[in-house]
Amino acid sequence: MDHFAWMAWTWPTAAFFAGIAVALATMTVLAVRRPETPRHGILGLDTTRGDRLFLSLLGSAFIHLGWLGLVGPDLTVASILSLLYAAAVFRWV
Amino acid sequence: MDKPLNQKAWLFVLPVLLIVAFSALIPLMTVVNYSVQDTFGNNQFFWNGIGWYIDLLDPTTDLGGRFLDALWRNLLFSAIILAIEVPLGIAVALSMPRDGWRVAATLVVLALPMLIPWNVVGTIWQIFAREDIGLLGYVVNRLGIPYNYTADTLSAWITIVVMDVWHWTSLVALLCYAGLRSIPDAFYQAARIDGASRWAVFMNIQLPKMNRVLLIAVLLRFMDSFMIYTEPFVVTGGGPGNSTTFVSIDLVKLALGQFDLGKAAAMSIVYNLIILAICWVFYTVMTRLDARRG
Repeated sequence: MDHFAWMAWTWPTAAFFAGIAVALATMTVLAVRRPETPRHGILGLDTTRGDRLFLSLLGSAFIHLGWLGLVGPDLTVASILSLLYAAAVFRWV
Repeated sequence: MDKPLNQKAWLFVLPVLLIVAFSALIPLMTVVNYSVQDTFGNNQFFWNGIGWYIDLLDPTTDLGGRFLDALWRNLLFSAIILAIEVPLGIAVALSMPRDGWRVAATLVVLALPMLIPWNVVGTIWQIFAREDIGLLGYVVNRLGIPYNYTADTLSAWITIVVMDVWHWTSLVALLCYAGLRSIPDAFYQAARIDGASRWAVFMNIQLPKMNRVLLIAVLLRFMDSFMIYTEPFVVTGGGPGNSTTFVSIDLVKLALGQFDLGKAAAMSIVYNLIILAICWVFYTVMTRLDARRG
């Protein structure tokens, strides 16, 4: 573990990256097992599952930052909003 | 649209992913780790949670104030750069010769500024714009126009904007020229038969054909100007005061000058997210326009 000491790992950040890695691995398995065609969503864009994951992650980051800047440091509601946002992106975008 | 995409080809990209992992992903993960901690050197880190992010997004704190100021400067700089370089690059491309020896000569002349390393460009302009020994600065002051980039904010901004235009307009011009060269002569002949004006030819033939390269040009110039560091750092060092301190310059001051790795990491994560979001919007809007024009 000393080799990774310079990366200053913490459990919360490790869990965060593990979550993203699991999401990417799931997307990869899905892409191989169930190939898809891009979908034309409400934004008028042709998106694949990967695009929708990217939009969900990027949007969630901004929801958290916006909440932090405009409301306060308790991010529970921001996380719930992010999950709803991600669900909406995967359903309609 | 009905044929499923074959995603197995992505497996062949694995070697590149490994290289990207070492050059980008591992450093990025490290920055995220730093952004939730504080350090007093000697590789000792202390958990700080989202503390730096709270400071960063609060304009009343020192960190938040300087970040927002630097961000606005960056956005203003990028907007000015795009507003000048894109139309100027198109104009240069339209006026370039289409055949003969002059094509090669023009291409070489246009490529020259881009071949000069960024810190050398900064040094050239730092000397060129000096009011005592620099040709530009001396002449402008002799003409009675007050110009001193070390003391006056407007002079400093004009210097770095003109320097960037000098350095990078040729990139836009060369990309547009490549787009123009791909237009068959038959298009121009048809326009002549129809009696189309110069403006109509530009709007209906040349601009649509340059669309794809313009997308690349706008994206490249936005990203480069939004992440600019070397040239303004060499010319003005972020001054006078903080008037040309862009986010990248402020990041270096924070991370290497003050050794505040946690604050600098939080700032770079937010900076990175903003760049990612703006590039996505640019790309999406321009590819949609492209698709609509067919």
